Amino acid sequence: MSYLVADQLRGGYGGADILNGCSLSVDKGEVAVIVGPNGAGKSTAMKALLGMLDLREGSVTLGGKDITHMSPQDRVGEGIAFVPQTHNVFGGMTVEENLEMGAFLRTDDFTETMEQIYDLFPILKQKRLQNAGELSGGQRQQVAVGRAMMTQPSVLMLDEPTAGVSPIVMDELFDRILEVKQQGIAVLMVEQNAAQALNIADKGYVLVTGTNKHTGSGDELLADPVVRRTFLGG
Amino acid sequence: MNALFSQKNRAPLAFSVMALLLIAVGMGQSWPFALAIINLCLISAIMSLGVNIQWGYAGLLNLGVMGFTALGGVAAVLISEAPVLEAWSVGGQGMVVSFILVVITIVLAILVHRNMASGWARKSALSVLFVGAYFTINHFYEPSVLAIENVNPATMGFLGGLGLPIIFSWIVGGVMAAGVAWVIGKITLGLRSDYLAIATLGISEIIIAVLKNEDWIARGVKNVSGLDRRPVPYELDLQTSPWFMDMIESMFSGRLALLSDVERVAALKQLIIQGSSVFVKLCYTGLFTVVLIAILMLSIKALNSPWGRMMRAIRDNEEAANAMGKNVVRQHLQVFVLGSAVVGIAGAMLVTIDGMFIPTAYQPLRFTFLIWLMVVIGGSGNNLGAVFGGFFIWFMWIEAEPLSMAFMDLVTMGMDQASDLRNHLVKSAPQLRLFIMGLTLLLTMRFMPKGIIPEETRLHSV
Amino acid sequence: MPEFVDILNAIVLFSNFVLVPAISYGAQLALGALGITLVYGILRFSNFAHGDMMAFGTMSVILITWGFQSMGISFGPLPTALLALPFGILCAIGLSLMFDKTVYKFYRVKKSAPVIFVIVSTGVMFMTNAIVRFIIGPSDQRFMDGTKFIFRPREFKEFTGLSEGLALKSTQALTLTVAIIAVAALFYFLQKTRTGKAMRAFSDNEDLALLSGINPDRVVFITWIIVAALATTAGTLYGLDKSFKPFTYFMLLLPMFAAAIVGGIGSPIGAVVGGFVIAFSEVIVTYAYKKFFIYLMPESLEPSGLMQFLSTDYKFAVSFIILVMVLLIRPTGIFKGQSI
Repeated sequence: MSYLVADQLRGGYGGADILNGCSLSVDKGEVAVIVGPNGAGKSTAMKALLGMLDLREGSVTLGGKDITHMSPQDRVGEGIAFVPQTHNVFGGMTVEENLEMGAFLRTDDFTETMEQIYDLFPILKQKRLQNAGELSGGQRQQVAVGRAMMTQPSVLMLDEPTAGVSPIVMDELFDRILEVKQQGIAVLMVEQNAAQALNIADKGYVLVTGTNKHTGSGDELLADPVVRRTFLGG
Repeated sequence: MNALFSQKNRAPLAFSVMALLLIAVGMGQSWPFALAIINLCLISAIMSLGVNIQWGYAGLLNLGVMGFTALGGVAAVLISEAPVLEAWSVGGQGMVVSFILVVITIVLAILVHRNMASGWARKSALSVLFVGAYFTINHFYEPSVLAIENVNPATMGFLGGLGLPIIFSWIVGGVMAAGVAWVIGKITLGLRSDYLAIATLGISEIIIAVLKNEDWIARGVKNVSGLDRRPVPYELDLQTSPWFMDMIESMFSGRLALLSDVERVAALKQLIIQGSSVFVKLCYTGLFTVVLIAILMLSIKALNSPWGRMMRAIRDNEEAANAMGKNVVRQHLQVFVLGSAVVGIAGAMLVTIDGMFIPTAYQPLRFTFLIWLMVVIGGSGNNLGAVFGGFFIWFMWIEAEPLSMAFMDLVTMGMDQASDLRNHLVKSAPQLRLFIMGLTLLLTMRFMPKGIIPEETRLHSV
Repeated sequence: MPEFVDILNAIVLFSNFVLVPAISYGAQLALGALGITLVYGILRFSNFAHGDMMAFGTMSVILITWGFQSMGISFGPLPTALLALPFGILCAIGLSLMFDKTVYKFYRVKKSAPVIFVIVSTGVMFMTNAIVRFIIGPSDQRFMDGTKFIFRPREFKEFTGLSEGLALKSTQALTLTVAIIAVAALFYFLQKTRTGKAMRAFSDNEDLALLSGINPDRVVFITWIIVAALATTAGTLYGLDKSFKPFTYFMLLLPMFAAAIVGGIGSPIGAVVGGFVIAFSEVIVTYAYKKFFIYLMPESLEPSGLMQFLSTDYKFAVSFIILVMVLLIRPTGIFKGQSI
């Protein structure tokens, strides 16, 4: 069984169900990518894993432990870190303070983790005393990922990390995410840039109207003519 | 049991309870006292309607109610007082020149603002204009003010008014308040909701500061008292009018017949004095009721018109209304002006019944926050609710004082008569009414957030 | 050209009636505005009960001061009220936390609109106001003891030989000292401590703060503690400098709001700067410059009038004219507001 498993999730924001029996799983040292058309419930699925959604059915387990009814804050404590799509940094605080806030729950010395993050994102070390709000879009995303990494999570979830950044920056971000994966972290992300994301993915999920339409390894999905035609634009 | 308190029955029930309370005061305390409360209840209800137009219809948080009330009050002075010709002759010219210069300055400022690109050049041009205007205007204004205020300062010292019957001020007060509201609205609407609250609170303080200090308008803190030309007869005139004396005599003939001649004359005299006071108050009650009903009918009609529906739609979802091409700021300006005009009318009525204008009496707790309590507790968005709130809260405001006194007497009954604590508690009892008001507001917001007579829920479309 | 002595006299005159009073008033406003700005930044509403909370804290200080005085405890040349201040702060903290638990928390959980918070804060304002008036009464109270002056005008004149005197009241020096300490401590706390940073983070981006594991209840709790402490300190300093009257404290709400907004609401540094901007404007605009110019101008050009821009009664109006102008020209204030 995989490290993080979501099984047969059903639920929504109070109205009609947005998730209709969607299942996901990701293991440590693996990148899983959720792709799909607009309104397919990609971000909603991620929120369900974070505990920000009322689930009617289904379960979420983390390392074999049932966390279905745990609050978002407690899940952070359990090792799930999340990078929202927008508003994902503390704009009025310095880069270093952003990282410190990421480590808020830690009581041990986190300077080593911070050094690791500076090694991963060297530009952040250079700008560490600058306010995060003054950085470029790509740099802000790095701060956001860095902040999430400060908890030393076992699962890192990213909601469209490359939305609104240039292709060069996107490639760089994906490279960093692969490095994160090599540290033995389970990475789960929702991506709009489906083809590029599946390229680096060990596992891909194509979600349509809240259910799994196609599942497979990144390469398999990229090779699947149906997926190519319908979701990857050719 | 629940059916009795259903939405439909709330209003009749609430008003019946209110009527019973007022009758109880009439029987228990005195009828003139009850009538005095009722008259102020009527005025409060009109103010509350005005605020309800702004808050209930459009969700505008106007904390400047006090300022508009005072403007209505000034209108009463400016309409009913006789003009002070001597003051006009010594300072009138200077004042007129100053006024024209103010208008010219504003026109110039608007021209500069429109025709110059924004930046340092425009800012400096405007600054130079304002500083220059300040000194030029002051050159005419200051000596004229001094001259006017020196004309018989003990009784006059101001320009006086038009010498018309005071009832005209009810309209003029509304118009003046509307005019000032338009200027304020132009400046402040479009700000975030709580900025609007703070800005209006401040502007109302400025209005009061001007009225206190610019003696030439309405004598400032020297007050204007003895306003006459009122729409109802005077007690003293009534007491000497044969028809009134006859009426009282015939009304109480049964009771008078039982008395001896000497006693009868004295008793009749007493009855006529009391009767005249009740009669005058009743006249006011009648007049105020007419105004209240007229404004209430118009408000209800407006609320249910397409305009009212649009207002509520904007209130409930400003973004959607904006997206549909409704000019939200312009609509807000309309309600702001209308609501303030209604408050201005009430302000003029208040000074009419008081017969005097006292700028220092305008305190935000009494004239802004209390009116707010009326709307919120009565039921924002519901005109009948606002009227009920006006009645109920004014009644509480008046009766809370004797009630808290009685309560303190009860609490301190066991204490030594001379004990300092007891004296302090009894002396401080009147302060409890603010506590009761605050508590009522918090409890209403928590457990009855839509007020005692809530807004009817209905489907509406933009 | 005016003589050198005249220039000195003009400067002393200006310092005595404008600079010194404006600095101490500015410091008092700054402390008050800091409380308003913190509530706005963290709890996200305009707290209309702040002036009355100041009154409540100050009242507690006064009562405890009287208690100390009757026990014969004094603080030497310094006012006894300083000894009572920590206890007064505790009382204000108690009241704030009580109102938060019974009133504000309900709306916070419901995520009510800011306007609703404004209305309930006026309810709290009424109640606090009533409590203060009930306990200490609506009239003026003076509770300043200790040394009144650091130096008096007469001493200054004898010392310098100038014809103008300069007074430095001990309350003015005290105000500035205490305000500097309080502001420095607050900024150290917000910039350097873990809890302070968490507060800034919460104010900056509430959702992300929650994702980082920052406990919102704790942030709110600490905010009220700091706000109550600042309000009580500001109120006590104001009361020592002038006098304590519940109504005056309610009216202080207006210039304090003006200071917070002018500086940029939500920005602590803005609140401090805003406090001084408002205080200086109020004093400068309402001071009569006649004597000042008599020193500087040749006799032929001496002014005839009082040389006063606005009568002193317009003091509150001045702060509001500035407020409205700032709202129109730069609604975010001098320092971009909205977060701390």
